[in-house]
Amino acid sequence: MSAQATDITPARSTKGGNFRRRLPGSLAWHLGSFAILAVILYPVIWVIGGSFKKSEEIIGSLDLFPGDPIVSNYTGLADGIADISISTFFVNSLTLALGSVVGILVSCSLTAYAFAKIRFAGRNLLFTLMIGTLLLPYHVLLIPQYVLFRNMDMINSYTPLLLGKYLATEAFFVFLMVQFMRNLPKELDEAARLDGCGHFRIYWSIVLPLCRPALITSAIFTFINSWNDFMGPLIYLNEPDKYTVSLGLKMFVDQEGVANYGGMIAMSLVALLPVLAFFLAFQRYLIDGMATSGLKG
Amino acid sequence: MGTTVTHAPAMEGLAKDSEPRHGPVNSPRPAALKRRGRRETLAGYLFMSPWIAGFLLLTAGPMIASLYFAFTDYNLFDTPKWIGLDNFSEMFGDPRWRHSVKVTMWYVVVGTPLKLLLALGVALLLAQKRRGQAFYRAAFYAPSLIGASVSVAIVWKAIFADDAIVDRTQKVFGIDVGGWTGDPEMIIYSLVALTVWQFGAPMVIFLAGLKQVPRELYEAAEVDGAGPMRRFWNITLPMISPVLFFNVLLETIHSFQIFSSAYIVGGGAGSNACGPADGSMVYTCYLYVQGFENSRMGLASAMAWMLLVAVALVTAVLFWSQKRWVHYEEGAR
Repeated sequence: MSAQATDITPARSTKGGNFRRRLPGSLAWHLGSFAILAVILYPVIWVIGGSFKKSEEIIGSLDLFPGDPIVSNYTGLADGIADISISTFFVNSLTLALGSVVGILVSCSLTAYAFAKIRFAGRNLLFTLMIGTLLLPYHVLLIPQYVLFRNMDMINSYTPLLLGKYLATEAFFVFLMVQFMRNLPKELDEAARLDGCGHFRIYWSIVLPLCRPALITSAIFTFINSWNDFMGPLIYLNEPDKYTVSLGLKMFVDQEGVANYGGMIAMSLVALLPVLAFFLAFQRYLIDGMATSGLKG
Repeated sequence: MGTTVTHAPAMEGLAKDSEPRHGPVNSPRPAALKRRGRRETLAGYLFMSPWIAGFLLLTAGPMIASLYFAFTDYNLFDTPKWIGLDNFSEMFGDPRWRHSVKVTMWYVVVGTPLKLLLALGVALLLAQKRRGQAFYRAAFYAPSLIGASVSVAIVWKAIFADDAIVDRTQKVFGIDVGGWTGDPEMIIYSLVALTVWQFGAPMVIFLAGLKQVPRELYEAAEVDGAGPMRRFWNITLPMISPVLFFNVLLETIHSFQIFSSAYIVGGGAGSNACGPADGSMVYTCYLYVQGFENSRMGLASAMAWMLLVAVALVTAVLFWSQKRWVHYEEGAR
């Protein structure tokens, strides 16, 4: 991308004698971009440096990097939180995140296929309702959903956190997939229909494989959202050995308080690792997915 | 399909369905068509059944239940007792509720425009294709992915604490206001800073919009002697106004619903408070406190409905206003 991009220089540069004008402009551009980057990354670098400092050294020091680096903030994590190993929280979060990804991929793609590829009575009304849920504040549903799951005796289980994912309640992903499916060439599924293919065959063998980019984007966003989710686990889980990483972190902070700033920061960074790994591996899918969501709204 | 007049003779064999004048010979055809339509409808609803179940069970049903709870006294254990508008009058008379509205308004009114201005400004910068553009775009986007996490909220609390890095940095510039998170007035601005830090998501959307502005428009304007400011106001801004509208709508709605970061930075676990002197007691935090810490489910439902009304009003005003400032290309939709 960037290699291509540099070939297509702005219109201005096609004018003659631009060499003197282009160089300062380019310098200003790089300086500006780098300055923004520095401000954004400043806290990040401070935190990474801080995780190798002694707790007393973290607050009350402007130094980005420790004078005398230590690793005990990280090795201390092996003790776990409240007698529960850190790995338990990671396994819990991972279970929930992967469970969510499967649910979203199946339920949202089926729904999106109906919206994008099947003509049926009531489709437009349902589509409007679906878009409406996109703007609905989640907090209106918070209490009645809690009451519902409580009456079904599902508190302190993962069902309340997963059920919605299998019932396509995340309208954003349905919308993303609908947009993608609508842009697929019609000829493909029309030809398949003429050959006598049913909708499920078309969905499974033609549309889904072509939707790979949208599916990957949805999967990554779902994973990250589930990993970052705090309110859901906070409300529905009440036994520490079922806690997710987010809840474990919160528990850690409540227990250790200011005394163990170093451990807190180290744990926070470790908790972010899966998200950062996903970002580094798939940033193109994330950014493109984000971009299309806004364009065709 | 029905308008392919020129092909009519050749297509006659295929187009019979829509020509009933051929009489009884073709009568099975419309019936087959109707049957196919019914099959399509069945397939449609079958494919959508997970969504329909989810909508009824987890969205529509709970909304109705929530509306009912809003008019009751309900503590989760006893059956809800109808009390009419009492929850609402209690809410409006509660100084803490009014405080939470104020805190949230400050957060939305200061944070959202700052975030969007920064997003637009940086998008304009990055829209110039230069070496490193893709790298900067990715790096600026990264905070949006992690910004909502507990980790970042914890780190934020450390950064803005008394005598920590922000406090010390501002002292270098002679500003002595202390750490932000310990100050009832300032703590909300540490949350504003946190949302502005996540300007990358709207920036990516702006960038995609900027990419679609036809080059010829700028070239024509340059020939006509329009300077950069004129080009921005008369070409760029109208051309990206649909994207701007989308960003304003989504960011505003999201801002109203801030919870996790305020809850963590405010540090109130079961403490019935959020931040020093409730400084970061945003609306949803107070809703959580009333509902889940004080077991006032009826009152919390009434609060949730007020939030819904506020969000709906803002959405309606934005949609109403878009006639005046959002410019849709003809044929774009």
